[in-house]
This record gives sequence, structure tokens and C-alpha cells, in this order.
Amino acid sequence: MRHSFDDISAQLRSRHRRSSRMKWISMGALGLAGLFLLLFFADMLNKGLPAFQQAQIQVEIDYNEDAQRMGRAALDPEVSRLVSRTFERLIPVRMRDNPDLLGTTETRWVLADSEVDQYLKGNRNKLSDAQQATVDALVEQGRLDLTFNTNFFTSGDSKMPEAAGILSAAVGTVMTLLVTLAIAFPIGVMTAVYLEEFAPDNRFTQIIEININNLAAIPSILFGLLGLAIFINFFGVPRSTPLIGGMTLALMTLPVIIIATRTALRSVPDSIRHAAFGVGCSRWQVVRDHVLPLAMPGIMTGSIIGLAQAMGETAPLIIVGMVAFIPDAGGSFTEAATVLPAQIFTWAGEPERAFVEKTAGGILVLLAILIFLNATAVILRKKFERRW
Amino acid sequence: MQTNQLLAMFSGVLLLLGLIAFFMGRAKAARVRARGTTMYAQPDQYAWFAVVATAGPAITVSAIGAFLMLLLGADIPTFYLLASSLAIAAVGLVAGINQVRPDFHARQAIEQVIRWILAGAAVISILTTFGILISIVGEALRFFQMHSFWDFITGTVWNPGASFLAAAGRGGEGGSAAQFGSVPLFAGTFMITAIAMLVAIPVGLLAAIYMAEFAPSRVRTLAKPTLEVLAGIPTVVYGFFAAITVAPLIVDVAGFFGLDASFNNAVAPGVVMGIMIIPFISSLSDDVISAVPDSMRQGSLALGMTKGETIRDVVIPAALPGIISASLLAVSRALGETMIVVMAAGMRPNLTANPLEDMTTVTVRIVAALTGDLEFESAETLSAFALGLVLFAITLSLNLVSVLMIRRFREKYRVNNL
Repeated sequence: MRHSFDDISAQLRSRHRRSSRMKWISMGALGLAGLFLLLFFADMLNKGLPAFQQAQIQVEIDYNEDAQRMGRAALDPEVSRLVSRTFERLIPVRMRDNPDLLGTTETRWVLADSEVDQYLKGNRNKLSDAQQATVDALVEQGRLDLTFNTNFFTSGDSKMPEAAGILSAAVGTVMTLLVTLAIAFPIGVMTAVYLEEFAPDNRFTQIIEININNLAAIPSILFGLLGLAIFINFFGVPRSTPLIGGMTLALMTLPVIIIATRTALRSVPDSIRHAAFGVGCSRWQVVRDHVLPLAMPGIMTGSIIGLAQAMGETAPLIIVGMVAFIPDAGGSFTEAATVLPAQIFTWAGEPERAFVEKTAGGILVLLAILIFLNATAVILRKKFERRW
Repeated sequence: MQTNQLLAMFSGVLLLLGLIAFFMGRAKAARVRARGTTMYAQPDQYAWFAVVATAGPAITVSAIGAFLMLLLGADIPTFYLLASSLAIAAVGLVAGINQVRPDFHARQAIEQVIRWILAGAAVISILTTFGILISIVGEALRFFQMHSFWDFITGTVWNPGASFLAAAGRGGEGGSAAQFGSVPLFAGTFMITAIAMLVAIPVGLLAAIYMAEFAPSRVRTLAKPTLEVLAGIPTVVYGFFAAITVAPLIVDVAGFFGLDASFNNAVAPGVVMGIMIIPFISSLSDDVISAVPDSMRQGSLALGMTKGETIRDVVIPAALPGIISASLLAVSRALGETMIVVMAAGMRPNLTANPLEDMTTVTVRIVAALTGDLEFESAETLSAFALGLVLFAITLSLNLVSVLMIRRFREKYRVNNL
């Protein structure tokens, strides 16, 4: 069969069209992934940024006899509904601690109820029409305002959305990660040093290697089952504490640190080792004085990335009980604690509308820390990267 | 005395003994050397050897003792255990100092100890795997003593219902017997995984093709880390996103087409999980496609194929083992994903083919069983370990197949950086 040149060039054109169509489609796929990312961040910012603002209300507190028993009596009944119940509960406590207050009055800014807060932000709320009118009037007089929500960073969890903060979860996260780092970093680096510098290439070494790659791919929830069955039930480590959480996360972070350290060790050129052996160093002296210092930036980068991963992990921590309600930041490794992702999970399960905002606010804080950690790792790598 | 007081005293005395060993060992070595004798090692190395000889056996003995007490329930009084360890430390001190002789290779001895310590650290990763296996298998076996394995694998009703009453010795009181048929859970898991893969594989693979074959290098260096951000976002955040933003959107869209969707539908967690998994596929596929030798592309272009045809008929088939391997890893990831489904999928075991209905997954039931206020011995709690065992088996075999695939690719094209 014969084709004219016109046919053939038409065929060629369509083939090239198909080729460029493939380019555009694949470009579109990449764009779609980028679009997802953009949408996600926009949605989180949109939902979470209001959490950094909180309604404050200026009230007159009249420390009278009734207020000793019921805090609400100290406030003007018209505004008492608009004030946070956590503040009202504190009035009798303060009067007991400080008896001189009785009979005095005081004007100050206090936390408003979350419904007022939601109304001011234009969200759905349970305020009645009369209350909404009062709120509008108070805003007009300058006695009710949205201010920066310092409370969100300085207080622990609470059942009242307006009083809930991330402090206790942040402290718990730091303590848990300290345990994780203290366990995973030395063991990870030692394992990597053994596999790269000391181990003979035999069956045992191969098994360890396959095993490490496998551990990196096991679902995280199974590490939680390990923590529950072995650490808690068998060794009797206390539940819900930074200790057990850190131990569980350490096992998860271990493969990340090992793999990163091995890559870093491998990138140190052999000439360094040969020179050190040449002047009479033993193997351990070569590693300690020459190879490890040169590999350190890479090891640090890998560890930071592993730590960032551990920081966002929730599932194994839920299994070992780290979703406790923690109103005050604890200071001990063996007291119940919670971590940021677990706090986000708890808040996400609360029915009040105001908690959606808190959850998204917590997410923004978590993402900011993670971005900071990863950026540090990238900068570290850029700064110390060496081409041999 | 309290145990921790004893421990503090033990470490204090041991530290003191170590210090004594260090300074005495160094002093003796320095003395020997000052006499003009040539020695195999430096004074500091002899000193460290003395420290190791002092602390090593003592710590080993106390650790073994502690393990015997914990594992076998042997009743060794802590005081005697620690006291005897300290005695051993004293003996070690004397022996260590005694070894400070010109003809002793202190450096090699330390080297041996360090080698063993490093090997011990490497064994921990194996112990972790064994730990997971033992903990899961052990508890799962206890579950299968209460409920038959066959019913667990083939049953279509998951209703733990009144099993906690049976554990409390009050079985038969609470109406219907508990049923543990895991088919609906696995159906839900596979449904959500399938939805995730429908999103992740096309988008991830095409993005990888663009990055490896079409994109200018500037775009590539920017796009790769940007995509990695998707993998770095914590899953609990994705869960919130799926439950609060995506699920209502899907209900609205389904409503627009006259369909009735549940707020806990399977599509929302599936799609969000797919987004999360995109970088897993795109990153590895990108590496694999870039590793296909250029001679194959040149050959294909020289035969007159267009760029698109070269990619479709030459590059992708060559890279297929790597791409399959990436997809298998992604499937294993999706099967074990927990937070997204806990927050966005339903709690009700539901055997259905309609992704708009609510359905639950294996991981959701594991979390539900282990966070309730149930007795650990109850069948529902133990069922979590049985589910975990199946999950472990599936993900392990997927990972192994994936590793084999990538190894085959690596051997075929002799690339080492995968």
C-alpha cells in the first residue's frame, strides 16, 4: 500500500500532536498536585488564622458576698452570659485567696465566651437576638474587642473552647521528642557506623540491612501495638507518658536515622580513611576522629528530618494512650502528657464549632514548626555540603 | 531503701571505681613508659581499658540479673544483685590495672569491645522486628483461642458487641454473641486504598514523567521538594482536612447529581490519602525514569519515533519494574494509614460496593478497640492484634515484592543510587 507525501506528513503531524499532548497532560498532573497543595494551605489558613484572635470583654467585677459562692453574681447580669465560664469560676477562688477583695470593685478585660467570639467572627453561634444586640452595643462602646490570642499559647487544654491552648501539648511534644532523640540518635548512628565501617559482608549483615529497610515501611500503627504489648504490658512502662511515647517513636525514627547516617558515611571518600590508616590509626580511631566529624552535617540533617517525621506521628501514640486530657503542662517524663498532633486529634473530635477553629490553629502551629525544622535541615545540608 | 536510691548509689560507686581505674591505669602506664620500656599502646588507652574492665562486667551482670527478674520472675533482691555487681567491678579494676603491661595490646582490646557494642546496637533493629512479630502474634493467638480463625477470615459480620461481658465472666447475659468476621473491614480498607490509588498513580506517574522527561532543570529542582511537602504533612492534619473540608464537598457534589452520600463516605479519605501518596510514587518513579539509560532514548529517536512515543513505548516499559515497585510501596502505605481514616471514614462495618456510603477500615477498628475502656483480656481488644497481624503480613509481603522488583531493575541497568 502506498501513501502520498501529504498523507505521511499528516500522519507525522498527528504523531507530534500526540507527543505534545502528552507533555501538556503530564504538566497538568504536576500542576494538579501543586494545586492540591495550594488549596490545602489556603483552606488551613482560612480556617486557622481566626484562632489567633480572641474576643475580650471589659467588665466591672463587683466582689460582693454572693460572688464568694457563685462567681457569676459579681458581674452585671446582662453581660455575665457573655463572659467565659472559666473566668467566672475563678472569682470565688480569688476571693478566698485574697479576702481584702470583698466589697471592692474592679474594671478589667476578661475572656469572652466562645459564642461571642464566634459571633464577632461571623460564624454560626447560639446567641439569642437580645444577646447579639448587647454584643453590638458593647462593640460600639469599645468594651468588646478581638485581640491577639495569647491564651492560645500560654494555657493547656480546656473543655471551654475560648480557654483552650496548646501549651501542655507543646511541652509534651518537646519531652517526647527528647526521649526519642536520646534513644534513636545514638543507636541509629552506632548501627550505621557498624554496618558501614566495621561489619563484614556476611549473612548477618544482610539480614540487618533488609530488616532496616523493612522497618521503614511498616505501618506506624503496628509500632503502637508493639509499644502497648511489650513496653506497657510486659516491661510495665507507665501509659500515656512522654517516656512510652518517646520509646515508641524512637523505634520508628531509627530506620530514618540509620539510612541517613549510612548515606553520609558513604559520601566520605576512602582517601581520608586510607590516609588515617596510613599514619597508624586503628579502625575506631579512623571513624571517631576523621569519618564521623566529616559525616556529621549529613547525620544531623537526617536526624532532623526523622525528628520532624516523629513529631507529626499520631497513630502509635494514640495506641499507647497519649490522647489524655491535660489541662496543665507537666514537667515529668513519667506523668501523663499529650502531644501536638494528639491534641489536634482530640480537638477535631469536639462537637463545638469553636473547636474547629482551634484545631486549625493548632495545625498551623504544627505545620509552622515542621516547615521550620525541614528548612533548617535543608539549610544545614546546603551550608555544609562538600563535593570531594 | 528505695530501688531508685539503690540505683543512684550503684551508679555513683561505679563511676567512682571507673575514675579510680582510669587514673590508676594511666599513672601506672606512664610510670612504665617513663622507665624507658616501649609499650604497645598509649597510657590513655591502657586507662580506658582499665575502665572497660571495671564497668563492663559489672553492668553486664546487673543487666542480666534485671532481665532474669523481669522475664523469668526470679526473685533476686536488688540490693544483693547490685552489691555483687560492685564486687565484680572491684575485681575487674584489679585485673584491669594488672593488665597494664608493655606487651599487652590495650588498643586492640578496646577496639574489640567497641566492635561488640556497635554490633549490639545493630541488633536492636532486628529485636524491634521480632518485638512487633512476637507482640502481635502472641496476642493474636490468644484471640484465635476464643474465636475461630476461619470465622475471622471469612465472616461478614463484625459485631464485637457484648464480648466484654464474656471477659468479665458474664457471657450469655448480653443478648447476641459477639461476631468477628473481618471481611467488611478489609472490604472497606481495600475500597479506600483503591480510591487513593486511582488518584495517586495517574497523577504521581504523569508528574514523574513530566519532571524526568520534559521539565527544564529549574522547574525540576523546584517541583521535587514542593511535592515532597505533601508527604511531610502530618496525617492527622490530612484527616482533619478530609473530614472538615473534603467530605462536605463530596456530599454537595453527590447531592448535585441526585446521589445520597454519607458525611463519612469513603471517597473523602480515599482522595485525601491519594494526594498524600502522590510524592511516594512521583519521587521514586522520577528516579527510576531518570535511571533508564540515554542510549535507549537515542536509539528510539534515531528510528524516527516522536518524544511521546519514545516515552510510552521505550522508557516506561523499561522503567516498569521500578514504577510497579513504587506503586506497591504506595499501596502498602495506604493500607496501613490510620489517622485519615480514623478521622474521616466511618465506624460502622459495612459491606458495600458504594463508595458514597460510610464504611470502616482495619486500622479504624484497631484504634477503636484499643482506646476504649475495655479490659485488655477482652476479645475485642485482642481482635486488634489479630487485625494487626493480617495487616503486618500484607504490608510485609508488598514491601518484599517491591524490594525484589527494584533490585531486578537495578541489576538490569546497573544503577546504584536507587
